[in-house]
Amino acid sequence: MKWLVEIRNVTRKYGDVTALDDISLEIREGEIFTFIGPNGSGKTTMLRIMAALDKPTKGEMYFEDVRVNDSNRGDIRAKSTMVFQKTALFNTTVYKNVTYGLNLRGYPKKEIDERVRDVLNLVKLEGYEKRLAKKLSGGEQQRVSLARALVLNTELLLLDEPTANLDPKNVSIIEETISWVNRERKTTIVMATHNMFQAENLTDRAALIIGGKIAQIGTPQEIFRVPSSHLASFARLENVFSGTSRLLEEGTSLIELGDGLTVEAAIRREGRVMFFVRPEDIILSKKPIISSARNTFRGRVREISDLGNTVKLKVEAGKEFVAHITKRSFKEMQLSIGSEVFLAFKATSVYVV
Amino acid sequence: MTLEIDPEIIQITLRSLYISGAATLLSVLWSLPLGVIIGLRNFSGKHLVKGFFNALLGIPTVALGLFIYLLISSSGPFGFLNLWLTPLAMIIGQAILITPIMVSFTTSAVESINPEIKDLARTLGASETQVSLAVLKESTSGVFLAVTASFNRAIAELGVVYILGGNIRGWTRVLTTYIALEHTRANWGSVMAAAIILLSIVFAVSLSMNLIQRRRT
Repeated sequence: MKWLVEIRNVTRKYGDVTALDDISLEIREGEIFTFIGPNGSGKTTMLRIMAALDKPTKGEMYFEDVRVNDSNRGDIRAKSTMVFQKTALFNTTVYKNVTYGLNLRGYPKKEIDERVRDVLNLVKLEGYEKRLAKKLSGGEQQRVSLARALVLNTELLLLDEPTANLDPKNVSIIEETISWVNRERKTTIVMATHNMFQAENLTDRAALIIGGKIAQIGTPQEIFRVPSSHLASFARLENVFSGTSRLLEEGTSLIELGDGLTVEAAIRREGRVMFFVRPEDIILSKKPIISSARNTFRGRVREISDLGNTVKLKVEAGKEFVAHITKRSFKEMQLSIGSEVFLAFKATSVYVV
Repeated sequence: MTLEIDPEIIQITLRSLYISGAATLLSVLWSLPLGVIIGLRNFSGKHLVKGFFNALLGIPTVALGLFIYLLISSSGPFGFLNLWLTPLAMIIGQAILITPIMVSFTTSAVESINPEIKDLARTLGASETQVSLAVLKESTSGVFLAVTASFNRAIAELGVVYILGGNIRGWTRVLTTYIALEHTRANWGSVMAAAIILLSIVFAVSLSMNLIQRRRT
């Protein structure tokens, strides 16, 4: 697979502050690549350099094997576009916002109108052309920003926290649009986020960036299946527990969490351990579960949150467990606050941090 | 009851509008680009430049009038142009007078625009000139305010027009010099009529600019 962007030993300093520290990585053509990391870790600076909006203090960037410099910065900007975390809109209609880049590129009016219609359909803002962009809701404004970038059909799309502070409906529309654009148009997408769920489910590869350095890079499976101490240092991992582990004859371990609660884990570890169970790995049922899962608990639903396509449930079962289930399952099970549920997860779903 | 309007006051009003309107347009030619450049660019001494224009906001009109008079009077360096006591001298004088207002207000308007607008225009493919135009477009309401305030300052001032234009009947007499003259003659009816016209112009200009703004957004 060809590289679209190559970052070689890039350092970016603002005065005494080092935002990026000797970073080297490649973005493959057609992939969705995510930078995850805490606030101030350098994610936005990285995207701004890739968008040719900022220059590295040291190091180089290559776009389609061409080294980016002051003379070709404009050409690179024509091939890539960035959607900012803080929605920036021109003080005019949705139509004029979306057509800004197309007008700069000199497209004929007919093609502009067709493209605008298509892109507004894509972000589910059909018929919004004449509305004033700044009078729309936060989620709709972010969708206008996304549409304005997508309408240009650039080779590289850079998204800085595209769904931060948005409600589940808007998050879902934006995530679906991002997937569609990558799948159908083969657009290379680089995204910064601290939404673990998004980073894991939407992307081909991810880099964990902490303090301006790449702490880990790989597929989401590599990063999330075996969470490193780096990830645990900032990510709000759910279902994190600690307990005392002892070895069992079967080759697994039994971790005592206190209050008589035990969890069986497919690891061999003794002493104090911290572990976590991914919310998607927890199976919920209204009746006692008979399965191969080594860990089963009975509890009551304490909190229900709508996440768009999925529903997040907090279940009190001696300890508080968080489970993600599909909306369909949620409806079929007719769950509500206080419902009694049984939860189960395999010993292999227990990850030691 | 019939309302009788003195034809002379109509002529004076039209002259006032012409001179101050022309002065505003003339000042726009240099003040607007200057304000945009100061607002957009970061350069050493920017604070000094902004401070200079801010300090000039309250310049006494008679002092400025006198200074320009020294330049254009028959013994001054531009005396050969025979500008003194002409409407053109008044236009130039007012244009210089309102320059600090227009520059300062435009600079503030441009600086108040979210800096992300610049990056937004750039990432959508704009050249640096197109970026400046985008920022200027975003700061239109501030620029409108700059132009309105400048015009109002011009039409309401007395010192510059009096020193540079004199108060020649049918030639350089404008509303403010007319009010001053009729006041010394104790012609209260004429003074009040001219003052009401002057105030009405200032309010009408501000109101129409406001309406234009509201239509745009």
